[in-house]
Amino acid sequence: MELNNSKPKRITWWQKNQIKISPWIFLAPGLIFFFIYVIAPIFVSIGISFYQWDGLSPSIYVGLQNYIELLDDEYFYISLWNNLKWLIFFMLAVPIGLGLAIFLNQIVFGIRLIKSLFFFPFVISQVVIGLIFTWFYQPNYGVIAPFLDLIGLEGFSILANENTATYGIIFAGLYPQIAYCLILYLTGLNNINPEQIEAGRMDGAKGFNLFWNIVLPQLRHATFLAIVVTVIGALRSFDMVAIMTQGGPYGYSNVLAYYMFEQALSEYGYRMGYGSAIATVLFTIMMFYILFFIYRMYRNEREDNN
Amino acid sequence: MFPTPIHQRPIINQYIYKVFLPISLIIWLIPIFGILMTSIRGLGDITAGNMWGTPSEFLLFSNLYDVFTNTPMIKYTLNSFKVTIPTMLGAVALSCMTGFALARYKFKTNLIIFFIFIAGNFVPFQILMIPVRDLTFKIGLYNTITGLVLFHVAFQTGFCTLFMRNFIKALPQELIEAARMDGASEFKIFWKIILPLTRPAIAALCVLIFTFIWNDYFWATVLIQGDHAMPITAGLKSLNGQWITAYHLLSTGSIVAAIPPVIMFFLMQKHFIAGLTLGATKG
Repeated sequence: MELNNSKPKRITWWQKNQIKISPWIFLAPGLIFFFIYVIAPIFVSIGISFYQWDGLSPSIYVGLQNYIELLDDEYFYISLWNNLKWLIFFMLAVPIGLGLAIFLNQIVFGIRLIKSLFFFPFVISQVVIGLIFTWFYQPNYGVIAPFLDLIGLEGFSILANENTATYGIIFAGLYPQIAYCLILYLTGLNNINPEQIEAGRMDGAKGFNLFWNIVLPQLRHATFLAIVVTVIGALRSFDMVAIMTQGGPYGYSNVLAYYMFEQALSEYGYRMGYGSAIATVLFTIMMFYILFFIYRMYRNEREDNN
Repeated sequence: MFPTPIHQRPIINQYIYKVFLPISLIIWLIPIFGILMTSIRGLGDITAGNMWGTPSEFLLFSNLYDVFTNTPMIKYTLNSFKVTIPTMLGAVALSCMTGFALARYKFKTNLIIFFIFIAGNFVPFQILMIPVRDLTFKIGLYNTITGLVLFHVAFQTGFCTLFMRNFIKALPQELIEAARMDGASEFKIFWKIILPLTRPAIAALCVLIFTFIWNDYFWATVLIQGDHAMPITAGLKSLNGQWITAYHLLSTGSIVAAIPPVIMFFLMQKHFIAGLTLGATKG
């Protein structure tokens, strides 16, 4: 760009180009930060997955070997399978949240406070939720111990049993997630166009019919958001597993997020390359949903502009 | 309104609803009642298996005293504030700027940059873990609050940008055009016109970020090792290992950890919900 020496013209140059340059000045700090801490590490991680590295000594290039090892790793499959269980059963949060939202969408005395009390498991740390439920499940001192006695399962430990541990954790995880979906749906119900509902009622639509054909389509924004956050929550499930079982017994309640951490950073050894390979697999699964989300946003943007 | 308002229903339904509402609330809050009750109890009740009966002693204050004096709980709580508040301020400041740039200027890569922020916000933490830990080591900030804050600020900027950009985009364009006509500089437009209007968005982001960061456990374990910088979530987990079956102390500690975000939530509920639903609360 040519710079003029005379003062008034320089001001003109800035005035002329201000609108072009300003966005980059506003973007720079956030974008640089985000790039260093979020975008670049994704690629670095994928890179590390082709190396054998303990985090200290020089890394050795091993090509696809980490991935080949994954294919033979029983614990990887258990974790992957558990992730699938998480995805499926965590989804229960969406219909349950919707049901609760419909139940609570009334105007009666004290309803505002009642709604807030329903929300608040979502505000509490997953560490706390995990600790509460771990204690609930305790076979001898736990809250459900008397009930287990009743059905003849005295001393049964949900979290120590390889068949039930994952479900126990998912159940605990559902508690805040249902609250989250409830918040989304209550907002959605609030935004419904009352005229359409009345019109539907005039046409004789009632009960489930009204709900399915008129209400649910109007809730699609809330449903979309609820599904997205639930899928992401299911794939991100780390805190609960770390607190409640640490993947145990014998890795049977492990999920990819925790298995990766265990391989890369725990007393089992610092296998950064192998950990990165697991992370890359998890990332690939997640990317599928991220692209779907972005595609939808892109479509909305196009609609807005037309 | 859907469902049909209850007062338009037969009187019997109204009564059923009014009975079921508190019952369902009580069932829903059983886990919370559980820890509240237990934080009152003493070790005697715990070992006797008295979980739901009347507490034989009222020991809430003695439990609180135990938790605060025999463990680094005060330190953990302070650390959590030291991590949470700077992150909140940092992420909001950065995203006001990025959100403004993406909402108000037309340039070729605008949408791409916006989508990069969104995508980054959803990635699994594990794909970032090793490089971020490494980077934090290299700049000498491993095991420090600053190191943790820097990462949190960067990561939260993704979500905050998404929110801010949509919020600013919904503001009337005429305001800016008029200011430009008057010869206001772009920075002046940002500072004097846009920023004051984004106050509700800033409030929403502040409560959300506060809760997210306060409750973060993963990064606290990855980037922090010692008690001196450990936030309360990680601290609680490590105390859990020491207490084993001292559920009364565990419950008391859990309550201490839960109080700040719960207060924040009750004080700013409207903003909190606006934030979670990405601003879809009108109507």
